[in-house]
Formats: sequence, structure tokens, C-alpha cells
Amino acid sequence: MEFDALILSRLQFAFVVAFHILFPAFTIGLAAFLAVCEGLWLRTGREVFKRLYLHWVKIFALAFAMGVVSGVVMSYQFGTNWSLFSEITGSVMGPMLAYEVLTAFFLEATFLGVMLFGWQKVGRKLHFAATCAVAIGTTISAFWILAANSWMQTPAGFAIDAETGNFYATSWIEAIFNPSLPSRLAHMLLAAYTTTAAVILAAGAWQTLKGRTTEPTKWQIRMASGTLAILLPIQIMVGHWSGEVAHKYQPAKIAVVEGWCETKEVQGTVLIAWPDDSECGHAGITVPGTSSFLFPGLEEGEMLHGMDHFPESERPPLWLVFYAFRIMVGAGLGMLAMGIWGTFLWWRKKLDTPGLFHIAAVPAGALGFIAVVTGWITAEVGRQPYTVYGHLRTVDSLSPVSAGQVATSLLVFMVVYAIIFTAGVVYMARIATRGFDDSPTDPAGRERRPPGSPMGAVDDKAETPDDIVAAE
Amino acid sequence: MAIDLPFIWALILAIGVMMYVLLDGFDLGVGMFTAIAQSEEERNMMTATVEPVWDGNETWLIIGGGGLFAAFPTAYAIIMPAFYLPVLIMLAALIFRGVAFEFRHKAVRRPTHIFWNGAFYGGSFTAAFSQGIMLGGMVQGIHVEGGAFAGGAFDWLTPFTLLTGISVVIGYMLLGACWLVLKTEGELHDKARKWGRMALAGVAICFLAVSFATLSVDASIGDRWGFSMSHIEPARFLPLAPVPLVGMALVAWLWRDLSMKQGAVGTAPDWRPYLLAAGIFASGYVGLGVSLYPFIVPYEISIHEAAARDNALVLMLVGAVIMLPIILAYTAYVYSLFWGKVKPGDGYHAH
Repeated sequence: MEFDALILSRLQFAFVVAFHILFPAFTIGLAAFLAVCEGLWLRTGREVFKRLYLHWVKIFALAFAMGVVSGVVMSYQFGTNWSLFSEITGSVMGPMLAYEVLTAFFLEATFLGVMLFGWQKVGRKLHFAATCAVAIGTTISAFWILAANSWMQTPAGFAIDAETGNFYATSWIEAIFNPSLPSRLAHMLLAAYTTTAAVILAAGAWQTLKGRTTEPTKWQIRMASGTLAILLPIQIMVGHWSGEVAHKYQPAKIAVVEGWCETKEVQGTVLIAWPDDSECGHAGITVPGTSSFLFPGLEEGEMLHGMDHFPESERPPLWLVFYAFRIMVGAGLGMLAMGIWGTFLWWRKKLDTPGLFHIAAVPAGALGFIAVVTGWITAEVGRQPYTVYGHLRTVDSLSPVSAGQVATSLLVFMVVYAIIFTAGVVYMARIATRGFDDSPTDPAGRERRPPGSPMGAVDDKAETPDDIVAAE
Repeated sequence: MAIDLPFIWALILAIGVMMYVLLDGFDLGVGMFTAIAQSEEERNMMTATVEPVWDGNETWLIIGGGGLFAAFPTAYAIIMPAFYLPVLIMLAALIFRGVAFEFRHKAVRRPTHIFWNGAFYGGSFTAAFSQGIMLGGMVQGIHVEGGAFAGGAFDWLTPFTLLTGISVVIGYMLLGACWLVLKTEGELHDKARKWGRMALAGVAICFLAVSFATLSVDASIGDRWGFSMSHIEPARFLPLAPVPLVGMALVAWLWRDLSMKQGAVGTAPDWRPYLLAAGIFASGYVGLGVSLYPFIVPYEISIHEAAARDNALVLMLVGAVIMLPIILAYTAYVYSLFWGKVKPGDGYHAH
């Protein structure tokens, strides 16, 4: 393969957006978790929820900062690398992204300051309002980004200017609430909540294994297990809904996702496949005849299109999409198992005793992120060879930039992100695994320190290795 | 024609970019001054003055990127590829300094702590410098053929853009110093006044140098201000003359304010230097607007040629008219919440 500006730009966009998506996915969920904790504290007056809040808000500050800086990058990517796409779709995509900034980005960024630094500056209720503002802001943000992205998947409510070739909206309602928005937004939000729950569970499990089973640790494991057990079944149904929408509007994507070779009336479910010399290019293990159950409501004689139905120029690449989808499903099922297991142990009153569940929960903390990234690959690589499905090809979207420039920028982003990602994960893991000091600091000390003073999100003293050792 | 939508949007964008410059300008400036902080405590004091607000400040930059995309997609599609590398450098710098706000407090080992401190002031400087380069690149014009960027990868690198790069760096330092005057007391406050005077002197020099260089960059600018190689046209220059004159008056006034000792009789309130510095920026900004209007891609494409469809501009205008006042209100509220001096006792005790 020749590394021209097109493939490099695609790699770069994939890289910066995959990196970015980890942080919103985590902060959307964590903001909701923090709002719940603070709300529970205000309502019940139980210290444990306040301590959970003060603990996780420090991690939130780090994750949010990384989300902001990698998000600013995204708002320039369209112009620097996809200028033709920007020019052609600007009159449709632009307002959706502008509304994200106007209705969400400012809300989050501004009230984050109050959330992190206003603990003693404002009253409890107002502080809770700031937390809610941030949580709502992240959700509105997700709405607009998913609206724009879903419009690229299932474009609607637009026409093409005959003179310039640029797109313009004919109905904003149809463009914003395009066919795939509801299912994809629900899928993304649930993904964010479950990703965060898996991380919170992993941190709690780690603390339990280390023998630091304090009250907040117990609660965070319970809350996270319960969340996974409740949300994952819903997520699986929503994911299926999203698949049905894709089947209606992007049948080539589904043919590749499912690994269907030939067009048939009844298709099977390909569990796994590998390349071979057959015409379709793969052999595998298939459960036959499942489509009548998975895709009900087909009319008599309606065919389920396989890859043979679509010319190669209309098809996304097979293997990346095929495997990404299976990894996503596997990660989701893994989180479901953890949720059920944890809830079962909770019922049997064994959740606080270190055991196999806690050992499994630690690596399972990554499952949500794995599912988010592979799910995104499924959706976006599955959209190829188009940027705006069926209307604008990726190859016609590129900027007039040289391969050398793009190679440089890709290298810079890789190095920069490698540094900040490593540091960020180390710092977050250090806080998350540290556990809760079971004798809360005296009120005076607590008041001077995070996240109260203007030095706010800056951490309290237990940050030096000595203190961490002492805590153990 | 009822309403000139592209003009309104150009105005909104201009105000958005101005907000960015005035707000992120001071926190980038403070970031640069942390390089010469005498102690870690002093450095923490300096960062504490901006920590609660920098996130919101930087969001105005998204108006620059996202707003340009939304309102003037054609301009966005030309300007971004033209400044491919400076945009990249700016983003990398902003990434480092953004995470350094948090990371420098979390680093437990000395080398990493020093690294993130360096990332903080280095990133602040580099972001400011690359913004200045892009400003200069805009003023000197962008090579366009067939409605697309047709210049080279390094068109933005000229003596003129280096001058504007340095100017923006010094300008942000002035805003940063004035912010520190407002937010600190004692020794650091006195130092900030001194830094402010030094930066102000630099700003005055840059102001003149850039102004004259700009007149010669493109004939249309000299023409607009009534200057040519041989003579001055008073009829053109005089109506515009208040812009540079107000700027110069503000420089003198700010110099006087910064020269006084805190608390001395007749001293200006501590918020005034920042306001005056903002005024100096505004005069330069208006002068720039006068020079470039109606181009959005200088000397090639006007705001009307680059604008998105009217129905897109209307939809966004509704959002902007409702949301911008709300955003400004809660931004002002958060600023008022953190109003007042940062006390040395608030400092983060790392050791």
C-alpha cells in the first residue's frame, strides 16, 4: 500500500478520534456518577457518598483536561485534513457542531471550574448544580456530536447545490434527527455509563484485593456491579436496534459486519471467520438460520444482501469491520458477566471478600474502552468508502496537503499522545487504586484542601510515594 | 436585502476571537511568566490565579475553529490547510500546557515534575507564538487558486510572521502581567508590575513595527489607511486616525498605572491595568479589522463569498443570540466567584 496523503489522513483521523473518544466516554459516565454521588450525599447525608465524590472528582479533573485538549484537536482536523469535506458539508454539519459549542462546551468548561474549585466558595446546593451542569453539558455535547456523525451515516434533510456542488439543509429537523441518531445516541450514552462503571468496579476490586476495604470502596463496587447488570442487557438491545437501522440504510455495512457472502433469504450468524481461497474470501463457524430471529419483520421473499450484492467500490473493508464488531460484542458480554457475577455476590453478601471476582474485575476495567473503540471502528470504517454515506466519497473529501505534512503531523500526534496518555493513565491509576483513607482528615485540614481552595483539584498530600506506602 | 447575515457572523466570529485573545491571552501570559518564577510556591501562586478559569477561556478558541467551519466553510477549507503546520504546533503546545495544569501537581518524582513545569511554560509560549505566526500569515495573504489553497507548506514562515509571532507573545505577557497585578499581593504583585512595564515597552515597539510593516505588506492596506510611498491622504487617514491614537493614549495611561506602587496615594485600582491592556489589544484589533475587511481569506475571498447558506447562518444566529448572552452571564458569574486575591496560604504544598 502506498502511503499517500489520503491514507495518512485517514490514519491520523482514526488515531486522534480514537484517542479522544476514550475521554468523553469516560467523563460522560463519570460526570453522571459524580452527580449521583453528590445528590445521594445531599439527600441522605451519608458521609460515604461525599467521600466517593471527593475521590472521583480528582480523576474526573484529569480525564476532563485530556478530553478538552484532544477535543480542541478535533475541531481543527476537519479543516486541516478534510477541507473539501468541510467546504461541501459545512452548511449542514457546521451548525450542528456550532450548537455543540454554544449549548454544551461552554457549559461544561465554565462550570467545571466551580465543580473543582468552588467547594467552599458556593453553597452545597449550588455546587451540586454545577456538578449537574457539567453532567448535562457532557450529555448535550454527545447529542450534537452524534447528530453530526449520524448524519454522515444516514444523511437526511439536505440537497445539493447544482452550481457549487455543496450540500445545504432542506429540513433541519430531518437532518439533525436523522434516522440513525436515536439508536446511535442511546448506544453511545449507555457505552459511556458502562465504560465508567467497569473502571469504577476495577478500582474498587483492586482496593479490595489490597485489603483496603473501606466503606466507600464497598459502595463503589456495589454501585458499579449493579449498573453493569442493569445497563448491559439494555445496551445489547439498543445495539441490536442500531444494527437494524444500519441494515435498513447501510446494508453493505451489515453484510460486512455479519460476514454474509451471498445474498440469501435466510442468513446465519458467523461466529468467527478466517481468510481462505473461497470466492468470498473466508471460512468460518456459522450458526445457520438465525436471521429470521435477528432480523424479523422482513417481507416475504425479501432478500438479505450479502457482499456479493455490492461491487467492491461500494463496500467497506471486510476484516477490520468484521473483527472489530466481534471484539466489541465480546467486551460487552464480558461486562455483562461481571455485572451479573457482582450482583450475585452482593446478594450472597460475599462482594466485600477478596476473591476470583475481584481478580477478574481488575483487567475487566478496560473492557468498556475496548468496546467503545472497536464499536467506533465498526461504525466508521463500516461507513467507507464514503464520508457522507452514499453521497460524498472519502477520496473526494481530502485537503490539498502533501503526504509529508500529514506524515509529520501524524508522527507528532502519536508522540504527544503517547506521552500524555502514559502520564495521564499513571496519575489516574495512582489515585484510583490508592483507596480511601478510613480516618477522614480533620475538618480544618479538609477545608483547606481539595477541591475547596483555589488550588482546588490539585491533590491533597497523600501524593508522594511515602504517603502511598504509608497508606498501605 | 434585509439582513447581511455574513456580516453579522463575521462580527460574531471577530468578537469570539477577541474574547479568546483577551481571556486565554492572560492565562498563556501567566504561563510564560512561570518560567521565571523564583520558587515552586510562587509558581503555584501564579497558576492558581488561572486554574479555575482556563478551561472556559480556551473554549473560545473552538469558536475560532468551529465557528469558522460553521459560518464560513470555504474560508475554513482554505485557511486550515494553509496553516497546516502552525495549527499542528499550536495544538501540540496547547495539549501539553493543558494537561500540565493537572499533571505538574501529580508528578511525584523531580524529573517528571520539572518536565511538566517546562511543558507548561514552553507550551504557553509556543501556543502564543504560533497564533502570532498565523495572524501574520493571514495579514500577508494566502495564495488561492480555483477556490483552494495553492501555496507551499511553509508560506507562513516569513520575517513578517516572525515579527507578528513575537508581538503576540509579548502582548500576551502584558495581559498576563496585568492579570497577576489584579490577582496577587506582595512581592509577586510588585514583580508583576515590573514585568508589565517591560512587556508594555515591548508592545509599544511591536505595535509600531507591525503597523508599518502591515502598510507595506499589501497595497490595499496602505490604500485603505491613505498611505502610499510618496504621500499621505488625509481624507482617508483622518477618519481612521482615532484607532491608533486611542491605542497610543492607552499605552501611556497603562505605563503610568504600572509605574505606581500598590497602595500609594492616587494609585489606580488593581483591575485597571488589565482593562487598559485589553483596550490596547482592542485598538490593534479594530485596526486590523479595518485593514482586512471585507476579506476573510485576505485579498482573495470576501466574507460573502465564503459564507455558509443563509438557512445555516439563520439557524446558528438563533442559537448564538440566545446562548451567547447566557454564556457571557455565567462566565461573568464564575469570574466573580473567584474574584479577589489569591493568598500565599492557599498554595499547594508539594513538599
